[in-house]
Amino acid sequence: MKKSIVSLVAVLLVIALLGVSAFTGLCFPGGFTTPEDGDEDSRVLIPAVTDQTHGIRLGLDLVGGSSITYEAVIPEGYSGDLASDMNVAMAMVRARLTAQNYTEATVALKGDNRIYVEIPNIKNPEEAVQVLGATAQMLFMDADGQVWLTGTDISKAEYYYGSVNGSPVSEHAVVVNFTSEGTSKFAEATGSISARSDGTNFLAIVMDNNILSMPTCEYQINSDSCVISGSFTQESAQNLADLINIGQMPFTLEQVELRSVGPQLGMDALRTSLIAGAIGIALIALFMIVVYRVPGLVSCIGLAFYIAVEAVIFGLVHVNLSLAGIAGILLSIGMAVDANVVIFERIKEELRAGKSVKASIESGFKRAFAAILDSNVTTLIAAFVLGFLGTGTIVGFAITLGIGVVVSMFTALTVTRLLLNAMAGLGIRSPKAYGA
Amino acid sequence: MTSKFPIVKNFKIFGILSVLLCATGLVALLGLPFGLNLFNFTIDFVGGTEMEFNMHQAVTADIESQVGSLFQEATGVNGSVTAAGNSGELVVIRSTSIDSELRAQVIEKMNETFGLTDDDLYGNEDVSPTVGSDLQRAAITAAAVAILLMLIYIAFRFELTSGLAAITCLVHDMLIMISVFVIFRLPVDGNFIAAVLTILGYSINASIIVFDRVRENLHATRRETFEEVAEKSIWQTLGRTINTTLTTVFAVGMIYILGVDSLKDFTLPLLIGFVAGAYSSIFLASSLWGKYRKIFRRKA
Repeated sequence: MKKSIVSLVAVLLVIALLGVSAFTGLCFPGGFTTPEDGDEDSRVLIPAVTDQTHGIRLGLDLVGGSSITYEAVIPEGYSGDLASDMNVAMAMVRARLTAQNYTEATVALKGDNRIYVEIPNIKNPEEAVQVLGATAQMLFMDADGQVWLTGTDISKAEYYYGSVNGSPVSEHAVVVNFTSEGTSKFAEATGSISARSDGTNFLAIVMDNNILSMPTCEYQINSDSCVISGSFTQESAQNLADLINIGQMPFTLEQVELRSVGPQLGMDALRTSLIAGAIGIALIALFMIVVYRVPGLVSCIGLAFYIAVEAVIFGLVHVNLSLAGIAGILLSIGMAVDANVVIFERIKEELRAGKSVKASIESGFKRAFAAILDSNVTTLIAAFVLGFLGTGTIVGFAITLGIGVVVSMFTALTVTRLLLNAMAGLGIRSPKAYGA
Repeated sequence: MTSKFPIVKNFKIFGILSVLLCATGLVALLGLPFGLNLFNFTIDFVGGTEMEFNMHQAVTADIESQVGSLFQEATGVNGSVTAAGNSGELVVIRSTSIDSELRAQVIEKMNETFGLTDDDLYGNEDVSPTVGSDLQRAAITAAAVAILLMLIYIAFRFELTSGLAAITCLVHDMLIMISVFVIFRLPVDGNFIAAVLTILGYSINASIIVFDRVRENLHATRRETFEEVAEKSIWQTLGRTINTTLTTVFAVGMIYILGVDSLKDFTLPLLIGFVAGAYSSIFLASSLWGKYRKIFRRKA
């Protein structure tokens, strides 16, 4: 009796704790710092469900925004290194996103020759579609705006780590190699710029009218290569090298897919699915209590546990939640109840066969286990395959479904069992209370 | 337990019913490689442009034709215009894929003519035909791999014939979903693929629960025939099958009723799949297992 009360209270406390921390977030001074956001205030142990920087991210179909896919139009006879050329193209798109102030946008490689861009909260994406994919204009100009070299004068820019100008300390830098024509133009440019006496001894590297870098130049350089150094990190040096290489990008980008959802529609979608989810869960709870009585109530507590655990896990793994993902969650809630139904039906049968409540619960779980395991494993197989072979929203769906299946199986086999035994321990031993 | 209505004995009736229901879907699928397209494919599959505006007024036939000629003027392409949304305030324009400049012009003209802002651009999608065919290929590969892996798992946990029976039911459920979409000309998009793949993972559960009971009952008895055991097992698991389907339908059905259009498109095939899955696991799965057993026994 005492044990039963303790386990009942313990489970309810765990649910309350998980629920509250999923709702408000749980921060610890000195807790984890997630790798992507190294800032001080990001020591979040459990992110709140509403915390989009540290926890669940909402998909574009829920917040509104555009996803744009570009494909490289590769000319015939192309024999370059596609992977590194695609990096150059991605650096170009990123630089343009920054220049256009789309700071929350993300860029990713999709397949071999496609670039996938996501821009949240954009209303009319057509300008962005055109600007991001346009052929870049690379210019090297002085303080007066005189253009000394263009992108085609560069043969290749590369990231470099090592000693610069005989300095004993190694540093991150960019080596720029010129074409033969570029070499003479560069000598001319550095000659003119280093001779300036107004303190503007720099050669600005400009893409689409945005200054990427302004290396200073103190003497004439008559060489087919030069080194740009300064306070670079490996990343920023690599990025600048990629950008300078845009001038030799051997292909153009063509938009092959655009998906755009207005913010209003996204908000409607989120609101209605939350309402629908709440009503759906209420209906399930009602149904379970009416049909299965005490076990039904237990399954509702189990469902609360399940929802709290899912909210915490989704936050921790930064699930990207889209409409399909929400459907995956609701489907897995339906399936979470399934394991309970299988067990409760089994218990009912055992009770009808004349066993005591305690013995029925015990053998009900034992006999239902194989069925629950096999059915969940097959669903997991499907979720895995979809996650690995699917594209776009299908992946999000597979992730929420997969996590849901694992958590629901765990809940059914541990929490529900603990609670049912607690109920029996509390003296609820009439078979009627168990739906038989 | 004496059953009120013998399910295994009446397999022929259920089988014929299922064949009739599946036939449309099967023909539609088999026709695809031969250029026979019975589907209402959206731009997700065949490529194209689709734009959606909130007009802030009921979209009448008059407005539709106005929008249609505006689109034709701006792009030189004929688009189809339909009203959408719960209160018919949205207008959807569909056409072959047009490029960004032309789309920008359409948006500008729509804003000018109807006093809209960029906030009223609810959706703007463009898919090139190559992307569409990639989606088809990815979907078919995913389904094939998933089915194969599940077959191996079931054959390992039960026996090969039960695996084949479960997969037959799965294919049955998918064909019914496809049939419904073909017969009612419902739009087939990326969501439909996700839904079909979901049923792939879900509907096999029901068959497995029944098979699990058959497996258990077979161990417990020596005297009864497989058919008798199957019949008994179906009735023993009937409550579970119906109740689980009901709870899942509650959760997903609410989204269908309350959700936005794109969620309706996703949940409708799911609901059809749930019902088909419950039907096949009750009326077909165990009987099929018995039939396959006989065929394999005779050969052995």
